[in-house]
Amino acid sequence: MEDIKQPENLVYKKSEVMTDKVLHYCPGCGHGTAHRLIAEVIEELGIQEKTIGIAPVGCSVLAYDYFNVDFQEAAHGRAPALATAISRLYEDHAVFTYQGDGDLAAIGTAETIHACNRGENIVIVFVNNGIYGMTGGQMAPTTLEGMKSSTSPYGRDLKMMGNPLKMTELVAQLPGTHYVTRQAVHKPGKARKAKKALKKAFQYQQEKKGTQVVEIVSNCNSGWKMTPNKANEWMEENMFPFYPLGDIKVPEEK
Amino acid sequence: MKKELRLMKGNEAVAEAAIRAGADGYFGYPITPQSEVMEHLMSEKPHERTGMVVLQAESEVAAINMVYGAAGAGKMAMTSSSSPGISLKQEGLSYIAGAELPCLVLNVVRGGPGLGTIQPGQSDYFQAVKGGGHGDYKLITLAPSSVQEMYDFVELGYELAFKYRNPVMLLSDGAIGQMMEKVELTEEKQRRSHEEVIKQCPWATTGKTPDRDHNVITSLELDATKQEQVNHKIQAKYKELEEKEVRFEELQCEDAEYLLIAYGTSARIAQKAVSQAREEGIKLGLLRPITLFPFPKKRLAELAGQVKGMLSVEMSAGQMIEDVKLAVNGKVPAEHFGRLGGIIPSGEEIIEAVRKNFIGG
Repeated sequence: MEDIKQPENLVYKKSEVMTDKVLHYCPGCGHGTAHRLIAEVIEELGIQEKTIGIAPVGCSVLAYDYFNVDFQEAAHGRAPALATAISRLYEDHAVFTYQGDGDLAAIGTAETIHACNRGENIVIVFVNNGIYGMTGGQMAPTTLEGMKSSTSPYGRDLKMMGNPLKMTELVAQLPGTHYVTRQAVHKPGKARKAKKALKKAFQYQQEKKGTQVVEIVSNCNSGWKMTPNKANEWMEENMFPFYPLGDIKVPEEK
Repeated sequence: MKKELRLMKGNEAVAEAAIRAGADGYFGYPITPQSEVMEHLMSEKPHERTGMVVLQAESEVAAINMVYGAAGAGKMAMTSSSSPGISLKQEGLSYIAGAELPCLVLNVVRGGPGLGTIQPGQSDYFQAVKGGGHGDYKLITLAPSSVQEMYDFVELGYELAFKYRNPVMLLSDGAIGQMMEKVELTEEKQRRSHEEVIKQCPWATTGKTPDRDHNVITSLELDATKQEQVNHKIQAKYKELEEKEVRFEELQCEDAEYLLIAYGTSARIAQKAVSQAREEGIKLGLLRPITLFPFPKKRLAELAGQVKGMLSVEMSAGQMIEDVKLAVNGKVPAEHFGRLGGIIPSGEEIIEAVRKNFIGG
């Protein structure tokens, strides 16, 4: 066993930008993959020393334990406000927020829209799984019509509970956003595309191009009460038609 | 060197003091009667003068969270607001206190509750000195009673905030914020360099260098036994503050038979009441707390053995009186006199309250 551990046989290793802490996420959850992709991008761009991350409130509240970069833990929804101040005071740093749908699209709507509209030079990574995971599977602003959650136990009734919010399309209309894209990480091909998108976002941020938004449509097998495989299938069949993958706002290349 | 004197509003003095103290960032939202703070900052172009960032946020909530971010990154950050806006900042203040970060918050208090009035009030005392937001925490609370003190307490506030890694509140009121007085200005300081920030704040998110672990700013600790330790550590800090940082001013307390306790605008009126009462043969004194937390309770306990009655004069329905009563612990009668809803009491009213409560006739 030991003799095959040679550099030439190495096909994958943990990014230096991730700590050794064991992830607390449920098996099958997309957060771990999303974390890894961001860490790899930071490592490849050589910006570990000037990256400052902002963690949300929600399942990824402990994101700061996993990234080996300086990190701040915001109040629920306020990450773009923290990031605004930090990026203005550290103009050359790579400042990014990592937020879920409840954090970014419900309680943090004002902070998100205004940071995007001002064109704060930050990367916003928005993980959308249509549910409040950490508090036990309640309805989120992005919960689909008819989708069951613990606070919409008979399915989301649009008349009673309002419509799911396409926050990414909304911020794409604002003059301050530069690159806005929607990705997924549940399959290797999708993860590779998502990594490319994240890399572009961090590159643009380093070029001081304004607000970069990368939405990752993800799963929540615990909250959705499905096996990981079933959750991914359900996501493809139901989430992707309403939240289609691909670039939403692409900067004009000169 | 020649003194630099200027006639300024209290709110303008705070803004000018922030620039000259080398503050890195101000984040605010307009509200009467404190909007001159941001107006003065914007007109002074501090981004050109010192490189200070000034940003009008989308809300008070966003503004205090910008302060949270800046403070976590080791920067000298501040915000200002008035009562209803300060209520909105309580969430952020609790996080900042929980994460043990330094920052400065000015409250130019107006009468409440609710939208209340835009006239001066002192009815946010409880909110300022008892925590204000959720959880066991306290703000170091300074109470300026002149435009000069509005200016001076910015630098003092930053000094205490960084020394104790705790948010500092300047608890002012609409009268002090709006009135104009002569201010002696200090020289403009250079903002700290990146290296100086790292040296002063090794805990801050300045970017992880190979020589250290990654820095994390958080108020979260899911392990209850550890969270209890965090709380004990914070409480020890408050105890230290009570031992070392109590500030107050006494006026004619040496031979006083009756004592007024007042801060801010009320202290200005109380000062007048003391001289007027003495002309009428009443030996009145004034204790003016400068720090409301830590509160000058030891000195009040001493004075409880000397005077026959204490009157807490506040533009509130009776808030600081609770701390006065705790300090004197029943040793002397302690009463409250206040006007509400934006009314400033007169000296005559205060003397009348002293007579009514303690002297009779």
